[in-house]
Amino acid sequence: MAEIRAEMVANVWKVVVAEGDTVEDGDTLVILESMKMEIPVISEENGRVAQLKVAEGDVVQEGDVIAVIE
Amino acid sequence: MFESVLVANRGEIARRVIRTAQRMGLRAVAVYSEADAGLPHVLEADEAVLLGDPPPAASYLDMDKVIEAARQSNAQAVHPGYGFLAENAVFAQRVIDAGLVWVGPSPDSIERMGDKINARNLMEAAGVPVAGGSREPVADVDAALAEAARIGYPVMVKASAGGGGIGMSVVYDDDGLRAAFDTARTRAERFFGNPAILLERYITKARHVEVQILGLTDGRVVALGERDCSVQRRHQKVAEESPSPGVAADLRARMLAGAVRAGEAVDYRGAGTVECLVDTEAQDFVFLEMNTRLQVEHPVTELVTGIDLVEQQLLIAAGEPVSFDPGAVRASGHALEFRVYAEDPKRFLPSPGAITAWKEPSGEGVRVDAGYAEGNTVTPFYDPLLAKLITYGADRDEAIARARDAVAAFVVEGPKTNLPFFDELLSNSEFISGDYDTGLVDRMRAKP
Repeated sequence: MAEIRAEMVANVWKVVVAEGDTVEDGDTLVILESMKMEIPVISEENGRVAQLKVAEGDVVQEGDVIAVIE
Repeated sequence: MFESVLVANRGEIARRVIRTAQRMGLRAVAVYSEADAGLPHVLEADEAVLLGDPPPAASYLDMDKVIEAARQSNAQAVHPGYGFLAENAVFAQRVIDAGLVWVGPSPDSIERMGDKINARNLMEAAGVPVAGGSREPVADVDAALAEAARIGYPVMVKASAGGGGIGMSVVYDDDGLRAAFDTARTRAERFFGNPAILLERYITKARHVEVQILGLTDGRVVALGERDCSVQRRHQKVAEESPSPGVAADLRARMLAGAVRAGEAVDYRGAGTVECLVDTEAQDFVFLEMNTRLQVEHPVTELVTGIDLVEQQLLIAAGEPVSFDPGAVRASGHALEFRVYAEDPKRFLPSPGAITAWKEPSGEGVRVDAGYAEGNTVTPFYDPLLAKLITYGADRDEAIARARDAVAAFVVEGPKTNLPFFDELLSNSEFISGDYDTGLVDRMRAKP
């Protein structure tokens, strides 16, 4: 199991995957936006999206869990 | 001359405009969002009006709120800075319709230069060299592939209404173009409200050099030298200098003359910038786009010419002559600018946060235009520019030496900043030699 966390304060612009989706290492899970820049949040392993903790429009703080991959 | 001006911007540029306005004896009005209440530009203005919530659409981009702020504060003129509403012809017209003085070119000039395709066609007609590229918006992937076949790879895919490097990408073949086209369209729609895309021949070993122009009250257009903006990451500038080390006297003369023709073609008034790509080996240039506003990197021009560009903008807006002799502009010495961003110095990813320590360098030949101070918080709502460090020297070597000391003396704690990157840049042999191009930062980061 891997927790994917936000690297910075950001707004959640797009949620690309849904809970239950199968993802591979390198797939984009969510796209954050901070300081006029889009920052894709990438899965670091193959697995399934067990939990998705954010929705579009949310503000995440550095270290917040975005998704849990099993 | 009007007696008051509202600065419709934030951070370092708002503060910089306010300083000149106050020096000229004008009452300076700031605007701010909830997120920016404690910033220096708000505290130093003679009056400050709260616009609204932090997101730009609810504050700095909200035309109704900005115009209402001008009315409420009895401001007589509006200076837009750069970004936000600065190149919005609709806003410029609304300012004028509200009986206020617009500190910028006419809405018509903004509109004609704002669309990149239109601007390229206009420049070509005015005899300014342009790069091979599309003459009308590219509608879909098939049209893009046909255009690319005509222009020849590599091509740059960009938003016609765009700016700031957003949505731009370089593609080298059909597959790359197929992959990039939809992304570019989506971003163009999202960031600029207009999905029109153009393709342009991409020059691989190019410098990005721009010419500062001023359209005077009497209709003349003068060129105030060039700025080299080839130090870029993600197609966005991070350091600039004037004069350009890659432009010899003959090319400089041709570029300045071309920029004047560009300004004359749209009856330009006020400060504007004609951006070009320079092929240093061929000592040739092509027109890229025109920015109808004050440029972020305008201070390097100010330091080598001794001309306060904001002062000239305000004078021209008031219908008055400029403060210098337009027939006797002389540039001397060398100036460098470094954009201090709240971002990590390795990958250049944003790093908002509270500023726990802030100490600016000072001394001979050192200027800092800062938007923040100790105790402020850098929020994720706006671009990451914290401050501009500008150094001046009798020659490039002296400007570089002063920059090294100034970068080392600049203390920002809290958010990560790219100051360590500038330390690297100032000891990079390619940069030091002056013989660099827009690929420099990528090459620095590609090293093992």
